[in-house]
Amino acid sequence: MKDFPLIFQIARTHLLSRVKQTIVAMLGVTFGISLFIGMVGLMTGLNDFTEELAMTSTPHIHIYNDVAVDRKTILDSSNPDGFNVVHHQKPKDEKQNLKDAFQIVRVIQQDKRVLGVAPSVATQVFYNYGPVQLNGSVLGVDILAEDQMFDLRDKLRSGTLEDLLNTNDGLIMGVGLARKLNVQTGDRVTITTPQGYTMKLRVVGTFQMGMGAIDDVRSYANITTVQKIMQKDNQYVTDINVKLKDQSESEALAVIYQRLFGYRSVGWEEANATLIIGNIFRNILTYTVSITLLTVAGFGIYNILNMAIYNKMKDIAILKAMGFSAQDVTQIFLTQSIIIGLLGSLAGLVLGYLLAYGISKVPFDAGDVVNLTSLPVNFSITYYIIGIVFGMLTTAMAGYLPARKAGKVDPIEILRG
Amino acid sequence: MPSVLEANQINKYFYEPTKFQVLKNVTFSIERGSFVAIIGKSGSGKSTLMYLLSTMDTDYEGEIIVNKEQLTGKKQKDLARFRNENIGFVFQFHFLLPEFSVLQNLMLPAQKLGRWSDEEIEQRAYDHLKTLGVADQASKLANKLSGGQQQRVAIARALMNDPLIVMGDEPTGNLDSVNSEIVFDTFHQISREQQQTIIMVTHDEDLAARTDQIIELKDGEVIRH
Repeated sequence: MKDFPLIFQIARTHLLSRVKQTIVAMLGVTFGISLFIGMVGLMTGLNDFTEELAMTSTPHIHIYNDVAVDRKTILDSSNPDGFNVVHHQKPKDEKQNLKDAFQIVRVIQQDKRVLGVAPSVATQVFYNYGPVQLNGSVLGVDILAEDQMFDLRDKLRSGTLEDLLNTNDGLIMGVGLARKLNVQTGDRVTITTPQGYTMKLRVVGTFQMGMGAIDDVRSYANITTVQKIMQKDNQYVTDINVKLKDQSESEALAVIYQRLFGYRSVGWEEANATLIIGNIFRNILTYTVSITLLTVAGFGIYNILNMAIYNKMKDIAILKAMGFSAQDVTQIFLTQSIIIGLLGSLAGLVLGYLLAYGISKVPFDAGDVVNLTSLPVNFSITYYIIGIVFGMLTTAMAGYLPARKAGKVDPIEILRG
Repeated sequence: MPSVLEANQINKYFYEPTKFQVLKNVTFSIERGSFVAIIGKSGSGKSTLMYLLSTMDTDYEGEIIVNKEQLTGKKQKDLARFRNENIGFVFQFHFLLPEFSVLQNLMLPAQKLGRWSDEEIEQRAYDHLKTLGVADQASKLANKLSGGQQQRVAIARALMNDPLIVMGDEPTGNLDSVNSEIVFDTFHQISREQQQTIIMVTHDEDLAARTDQIIELKDGEVIRH
C-alpha cells in the first residue's frame, strides 16, 4: 500500500488521457445509480404511503365476534349418525358483541407490549339530511383512545375531539360523507339504524383519513351514543382495537389473544395481505431493474477497461520492465475502475436526488379515493448508501477481470516488437 | 574485477509452433563496470538471452546469478523489485509512457523504488536529462519528442535508480548514425565513470568491436566470450 500514491497518480494520468471514454464509463454508472435512486424513492414512497393509509384504518390487532357459519342443529349433535331433517331452520339471533369486553380491555391493557386499547361499537346506519339519504356507519368510540390509536386529532378538518366528549349526541363525520349530505359543522342529521331506531345527532366536527372508503361512509360518536341508538346496554362492545409498541409482533399476539379470549383476532399484516404482497412485488421490481441497469453499466466499464488495456499493452510492458509487479499493474487498472465507479456513483446520487425530487413534484390527482396531490417519494438516506455501495461493487467487479488480465501481460512479447 | 553477472548452463526452449531449443548450455560471466555486446545473426537467440538476464523471462533451465544473488527460482514479485533496484532498460523502440511528461517518465521508477523524496527524485531526473542533453524537453509529453531525443530520455530513465546493470535491446537499432554515436558514447562513459555494467544486444559489428567484451551467439550456442 505504500505505493498507493504512485499507483493512484498513474491511474489518474491514464484516466485523464482519455477523458471521453472515462466520462462514458462514468455515465453508465451515473444513470444506473440515479435511476435506482429515483425508482426506489418512488416505490418505497408508494409503499410507505399505502402502509400509512392501511394503518389509518387497520389497528395492529382487531378483535371481534366473527359471524358463526354452518350452525349444527341440536338433533345433529345428539344423533350424529342418524339422517336428520329439520325444516325451516333459521340462523340464530346471536348478539354481535364481545362478552365481557371491558374485562378483555383491562387484561390487554396490562400487557407490556401494548401501547393502547380502544373498545368500539359499530353499526350500519342511514344518514338523512333533508331529501338526501345515505348509507354509512357510525363508530362508537372512546375518542381519546381512538386518537391514540389512529392520530385522529391530526385528521380533523373542523371541530375538536373535546367537542365530541362534551356532548352526548355528537358526531364527527367523514369529509366525503359531509359533502355528500351537504352538512356543515353544527348541523343536525337524522340517523336510522337497521333495527329502525331513529335519532337526531349533531355534527361537531369533520375528519379526513385520506381514503374514500372511510371518509365517504364513516362517522365517529361517543361509545354511549352508539349504544343508545342500538338500544343496547353500556357493556355492549363489538370491536376491540389494540395498538402495539412494535407492530411486527402483531401476528404473534393476535394468535395468543384469539386463544385467550375465544374471539377472532386479526393482526394488521393478515388484514392487509394484498397490500404487503404489493409492497414485495414493488421491491422486487425495483431491485431487478436496478441490478439490470448496474449490470449493463458494469459491462460498459468492463468493455472500456478491456479496450484501454489493449491500447496500453506497451505501457504495461514498460511498467513491468521498470520493476512494477503484476500486482502493481492490476492495482493501477483496478484503481481506475474504482475512480470511475466512485465519481459515477456520486454523480448518480446527485442526479438521482434531482430525479426523485422531480417525481415528488409531479401533480397526481387520485380523486376521492385517496388524498394525494403529488406522487409520494421516499428520500431516506439508506437508499443513497445502498446506491453508492451497489455502484462501487459493480464497478470493482467489472474492473477486476480486465485489471487482473493487465497484471498477467507478458512484457517480453511486446518489448521484442 | 569481481563478476557482476554469471550465467550457468542455460537452456531455453520455445514451444510454439514446435519445440525448439533456442539456447544451448550458455555459460559466461561478466565483470563489473564492463561494456558488453551480445552479437549474433538474427535468430541466434541473443535477444532471448538478454530477456533471460533481465529477469523478465523465467522459463529456462540453468541458473543466473547477479551480484552474488541467485535469481533463478525467485518469485515474480521479488524479481520485479530486483529489476526496479538493479536493472535499467533501453529498448530499440523508445518505449516511453506517452501520456506522461518526460520528467514523470523519469520519476516513475525512482518513485516506485521509494529511496528518495520527490524533490530529490526530480533533482536527479534533471541531472540525468542534463547529462544527456535533453533537459529542455523535461515538461513535454514523451510522444512529442524526436526519436533520438526519446532514446536519450529512455537512457536517462534507465539510469534513474543507479542500476548495477543497464541492458539494451538494439538501443541504436532505430537511430541515425549521429544519435547512435551519442547513445554509444553515453554507455561507454557510464561504464567507465560510474562502474555500471552495460549489456547491449546489437547486430552492428562496428559498434560491438569498440566494447570491452563480446558474447557471440550462433544457433543458440556461445561461440565467443
